[in-house]
Amino acid sequence: MDTEIRLMKGNEALAHAAIRYGVDAYFGYPITPQSEIIETLMAQRPWLSTGMTVMQVESEVSAIHMVYGAAATGKRAMTSSSGPGISLMQGGISYLCGANLPCLIVNVMRGGPGLGTIQPSQADYYQAVKGGGHGDYKLFTLAPSSVQEMADFVAIAFDWAFRNSNPAMILADGTVGQMMEKVVLPPTRQRLTDGEIAHKYPWAIDGGRHSRMASNRIASLELDAAVMEQRNCERQHKYELAEQHDARAEELCANDAEILIVAFGSAARICAKAIDIARAQGLKLGLVRPITLWPFPSAYIRRAAEHARGILCVELNAGQMIDDVRIAVNMSIPVEHYGRLGGVVFTPTEIVTAARNIFKL
Amino acid sequence: MTTEILIAGFGGQGVLSLGKILAYAAVLEGREVSWLPSYGPEQRGGTCNVTVVVSDERISSPIVDSFDIVITLNQQSLSKFEPKVKPNGILIYDTYGIVMPPQRTDINIYAMKAAEKARAEGIDKMLNMVVAGAVLSISPLVEKASIEAALQKVLPERYHSLIAENCRALELGVGCV
Repeated sequence: MDTEIRLMKGNEALAHAAIRYGVDAYFGYPITPQSEIIETLMAQRPWLSTGMTVMQVESEVSAIHMVYGAAATGKRAMTSSSGPGISLMQGGISYLCGANLPCLIVNVMRGGPGLGTIQPSQADYYQAVKGGGHGDYKLFTLAPSSVQEMADFVAIAFDWAFRNSNPAMILADGTVGQMMEKVVLPPTRQRLTDGEIAHKYPWAIDGGRHSRMASNRIASLELDAAVMEQRNCERQHKYELAEQHDARAEELCANDAEILIVAFGSAARICAKAIDIARAQGLKLGLVRPITLWPFPSAYIRRAAEHARGILCVELNAGQMIDDVRIAVNMSIPVEHYGRLGGVVFTPTEIVTAARNIFKL
Repeated sequence: MTTEILIAGFGGQGVLSLGKILAYAAVLEGREVSWLPSYGPEQRGGTCNVTVVVSDERISSPIVDSFDIVITLNQQSLSKFEPKVKPNGILIYDTYGIVMPPQRTDINIYAMKAAEKARAEGIDKMLNMVVAGAVLSISPLVEKASIEAALQKVLPERYHSLIAENCRALELGVGCV
């Protein structure tokens, strides 16, 4: 196994990981702060090595619908963008969920709303986990906080997506996308052959090449309401199972924390340093970092907060994840928010000061 | 030990590359690193900066409040980042075009004439390596040999013929402080 340690940007690591995972197709359109994903894919020219298709298409709307088309044939398809592009994709994402299709969508968040700014933000939390498109659907949403996780989460996301026939999202931000850290790239896997796809994913359409008895139909449309309700119920059952089994989180100094910080992605990294600073001052802060934003690690947070006086949600937004944290602890202790907006990033000391001011410590 | 470094200057001076070379040299020495650029509409003539954290332990935050070492290559960067040096920390600034020299008395200040030296030697484009030499003579962050090895990794192969010249620039930097 190739265990060479490299120094790479998060975006670059994700692109390399996609090639190594055996992704069949990438469709995308450049946008800061994630353009290195398509740049790296183009520079690596995987169509010559693994046979992966990489296409810069005319718009994000095209990209997500090309993902839909490729996914319908059982291929591992992905796209990536930032807020403005991800907003354009919402219709397609809803259709993918409606058609039970697996794929990977990467959002490297920047400040919004609108065209906003290119600096880091976490303000697309609601869009990712509450459904930016229409209908009752969920995206398996992973929040990487390091370059290594940008690489590792590609496999976790695709594995989940194919196991559950539903899109997965990697919700990163400008900091994680742009920073360089050490990374060991995941092992290389072979792309599946058409025969293997036909065997593994009997729902896939293949143009009749593997002559099935009945043809497959992939659509989100179903005009018979009773059938449509049944399809929705099956989807919700799938989501319930995911909520029971697939939530992930990590903790730091949470056991004896007086105030528990909950933060995801790059914000969690800054909070880890804030905890060091606070503890040197005798202030016991701790951290729970949700790794999956949906399913949300509610039980994990509830347990970690058992002995805490309060919870501080630290997010690069105006307070979005805080809703899920409040539900997780059922308002049993005070849950407050600290955030910076529009591309401004807080510093570790700022977070310690915020914790002291908000909780009068 | 953890060293938090900021390098700032004009776009085109090789600020981001210098950070990358230092970071890669530290990686080759088996240490932990993070490299975070001020990405954005930076371009030749604009200002840009990069934060490099080098540590023997896992690095918590790539974003920090204040720095152990600040290296500045123009007046704007000097004025902006002088206040961000930790007490007893190190400020290394290039003297070219400086009209308001640093004022703090609680930090260690080093003036370097890297830009002047690079121009005199006709190696303007390797200014960042001259700066690297100056910095290493003040604070031995990484071994000089690691910088040379890092150049192999950071430079595209078509520029490998320039590595010897870059190493000479590194040596020139030692005398600039």
